[in-house]
Amino acid sequence: MSQHAVRPTPASPTPPGGHLLEVRDLHVEFRTGEGLAKVINGVSYHLDPGETLAVLGESGSGKSVTAQAVMGILDTPPAHISSGEIRYQGQDLLGLPEAQRRQIRGRDIAMIFQDALSALNPVFPVGWQIGETLRQRLGMSRADARRRSVELMDLVQIPAASERLGDYPHQFSGGMRQRVMIAMALAMEPKVLIADEPTTALDVTVQAQIMDLLADLRRDLDMAMILITHDLGVVADVADRIAVMYAGRIVEHADVRSLYRAPAHPYTKGLLDSIPRLDQRGGKLSTIRGLPPNLMRIPSGCPFHPRCPYVQQVCVDVVPHDLVLDDGRTSACHFAQEVRDDRVS
Amino acid sequence: MTASASSTRVRGETILDVNHVVKHFPITQGVLFQKKVGAVKAVDGVSFQLRRGETLGIVGESGCGKSTLARLLMRLEKPTAGRATLAGQDLFAASGGELRRIRRNMQMVMQDPYTSLNPRMTVGDIIGEPFEIHPEAAPKGSRQRRVQELLDVVGLNPEHINRYPHQFSGGQRQRIGIARALALRPEVIVCDEPVSALDVSIQAQVINLLEELQDELGLSYIFIAHDLSVVRHISDRVAVMYLGRIVEIGTEDEIYDRATHPYTQALLSAAPVPDPDARDHRTIIRLRGDVPSPADPPSGCHFRTRCWKAQEICAIQDPQAVLRAADPHPSACHFAELRPTAT
Amino acid sequence: MSDFETVAASENQAARRGLSGEPGTPNQVGKPGKPRSLARDAWRDLRRKPIFWISLVLVLLVTAMAAVPGLFTSNDPADCVLSRQHAAPSGGAIFGYDFQGCDTYARAVYGARASLQVGALSALFTGLIALVVGMLAGFFGGWVDAVLSRVIDIVLGIPLLLAAIVLLKRVGSDSATVRIAAVIFVLAVLGWTTAARVVRSSVITAREQDYVAAARMLGAGNGRIMWRHILPNALAPAIVVLTIALGSFIAAEATLSFLGIGLREPTISWGIEINNGRVHMRESATPLVVPSTFLALTVLAFIMLGDAIRDAFDPKLR
Repeated sequence: MSQHAVRPTPASPTPPGGHLLEVRDLHVEFRTGEGLAKVINGVSYHLDPGETLAVLGESGSGKSVTAQAVMGILDTPPAHISSGEIRYQGQDLLGLPEAQRRQIRGRDIAMIFQDALSALNPVFPVGWQIGETLRQRLGMSRADARRRSVELMDLVQIPAASERLGDYPHQFSGGMRQRVMIAMALAMEPKVLIADEPTTALDVTVQAQIMDLLADLRRDLDMAMILITHDLGVVADVADRIAVMYAGRIVEHADVRSLYRAPAHPYTKGLLDSIPRLDQRGGKLSTIRGLPPNLMRIPSGCPFHPRCPYVQQVCVDVVPHDLVLDDGRTSACHFAQEVRDDRVS
Repeated sequence: MTASASSTRVRGETILDVNHVVKHFPITQGVLFQKKVGAVKAVDGVSFQLRRGETLGIVGESGCGKSTLARLLMRLEKPTAGRATLAGQDLFAASGGELRRIRRNMQMVMQDPYTSLNPRMTVGDIIGEPFEIHPEAAPKGSRQRRVQELLDVVGLNPEHINRYPHQFSGGQRQRIGIARALALRPEVIVCDEPVSALDVSIQAQVINLLEELQDELGLSYIFIAHDLSVVRHISDRVAVMYLGRIVEIGTEDEIYDRATHPYTQALLSAAPVPDPDARDHRTIIRLRGDVPSPADPPSGCHFRTRCWKAQEICAIQDPQAVLRAADPHPSACHFAELRPTAT
Repeated sequence: MSDFETVAASENQAARRGLSGEPGTPNQVGKPGKPRSLARDAWRDLRRKPIFWISLVLVLLVTAMAAVPGLFTSNDPADCVLSRQHAAPSGGAIFGYDFQGCDTYARAVYGARASLQVGALSALFTGLIALVVGMLAGFFGGWVDAVLSRVIDIVLGIPLLLAAIVLLKRVGSDSATVRIAAVIFVLAVLGWTTAARVVRSSVITAREQDYVAAARMLGAGNGRIMWRHILPNALAPAIVVLTIALGSFIAAEATLSFLGIGLREPTISWGIEINNGRVHMRESATPLVVPSTFLALTVLAFIMLGDAIRDAFDPKLR
């Protein structure tokens, strides 16, 4: 995997003070009973203040594992970070002792999950759960924590917040629970919010509400956001940049408009072509043939080559580097330029 | 050879007729001596027709009753009221041997490919089970061949007959579920969210398979999903459900391009569009609050509590799904009109 | 672009014609390999496991001991001479003699029959009662479950020893067969509740699975659903509970015999031997250690066997 050189990620040169958050050439393995699964194979991305980066991928692509590594909540074992750096404000998080990481987790980087019901403790009122962080970490008094909890619930637009403080998680609807979890994540005013499939379990009308809320909060609180999702529609609505992951690598990294207009990796192109469109009817969907690879036996060369319609001998033999295209995007495909222009012509 | 000889199949004639079907789940207290304290009105008077060879999409958010409707049609639940006929036979009155015969004509593909296959049965046993339950469908000697044919039809390797479900990926398992549903050569297949548990790149494969099978076998589908784009892609007609009722039903164009019910309009506007350029000139209708509990739905129009058009009449009079002036397709709204900005 | 994951398009077309009922379509499908069933696959898996063979050999050994004790020792366990009290090994008595001057080894060998009968048969009957009650309660739910669950609660509330004393006191006969049957009856009638609860909860879990709904939609009756779909998925935890119960039944027999209400001399059982050995442990430990070891090995063998069988019937663990 050393063939993967660390390259600058696209769209913006490193600012003088460095990026807010930067993942460099991260490798994560899972040691399982059946063997070694290479779940993350050289992932690099960065995040600057106030922007939204979407990490897009299917199950098993490693999109959530990367985020868990950033948060420092990987289950080790079986997971094991074999190499790489995760820098927050220039500081390598992987080199820090656990006590210091815990300080950064929650205070600077917070995370929300797909399943709000299991992320909340069923036996405590939500107000108490939001306030717990405030009391524990900021040493707030009960009354202050309570006041702040109401503010936070107002912030995430939970109606009649002060009356619902004493309610338990099961008394909230799915959308409201997600709001409670967002309120908890915002308690410490983090600079980075990682949202792992925040709306996957929700209905479309509620999903729209939550995505709006996240976009508003990001702007109002000047947070940076990493949005992890498999939904190409949600991404198009809110992201500034997109990193597409496949088999533990970022195969394409671009600003959102150019990626949708002209994908430069066959996988991205295949994904965009295979989703039915709301504004189009019928016809045969084009598909990506085959299945995602077994992470214990990742194919040689380009991991996508067994499913790729453009496959050539070189794809079987050589791992493609991240090609930087003329517009600053990167694509880990030997034929990135051709794939992109194919679409244009 | 099957219950319905293919010669009688005429495209376009009604095969499934559902008439005012109601399902109320009682809410009870106590264990031995149960007391009814209320009812969840999961399905509250649903009527529609399914024609031969067509796909009727049913969309709606969670709790709208679409899955309960599927379970009612499959006779997994007993309806509280209503009537349904499948190819002229009374679906809800049948029992015993008659019900078994009717079941041969209608099968279901379930949502979760991980729990819908018995982990302790081989793929051959799973797809062969329909023949064991209906021995008349295939003579004993030909069963294994039939199972292998079915595997082939759904695009799986027929030699994998002795494998277990966990040895397949989600998409492949869903194909196994489809093969099982096809085994008895039904005319109607109810698909309950058949692709929502699958990855994007696998969804398209399964949707294409379902469409190909429909063309070749003349199947009629009831396609239940929450993903509006998928439903538009596969359906000829679409019904939109809200709190146990169909609020609007029409052809795919009528629903997606000329919706007149405010709920349909809101649903469509909220669906994410995979096009970043659409961000700026797209107006999402933002609905207030959440779906009310089906145990205590609002009076009159069920949608009125979240509707921006609601007037006094909406609380008093229950709007019927009848043809409306705005566009001639059934829409259950007193103020049915086209959305001004709709394209 | 190929449409499907594994099969070429042309092959598909041919087989599709087969489905639409056209006669004479050449058989496109692969070699008709031998159809497999879960039991056959489980056996294939078991054959490769050393732990299965070790435990099986032990179980067979004990069973043989119970059936034909003469094969293992030529000494008469009833041939007791007080002058040999706690004597060192000699002749066939490889572990020496006990307090009464009986051959320790011979008595342990002859004790296998009663102990194994009590343990295995109690576990078997317990399992049967538990499966029936647990299956009915879990599958049908509603008032059936309400009634059966209360029955389980009531039986569980009866103190085993007290009830055993009351019941066994009524058995006047000294005949070995009658007493063994009585002990088995008491243990089975009082001991099935835990296993029944385990079966009930796993039946409830299995019943809610989509594959049960799928079978119902195909027209499968209750019998088929219980037998083919629920039982195989609910059996695993029951097997574990029962193999552990088997050991505790053998131990319970010892307790009852010690209280004088279980088996009686001249019947020989490990329970009786362990109790006798325990009394004179300070003089010589061997008469205690030998039957205890037999008991421990037997229980271990059954537990390992149960574990191996349970794993073999779970395709995911293969």
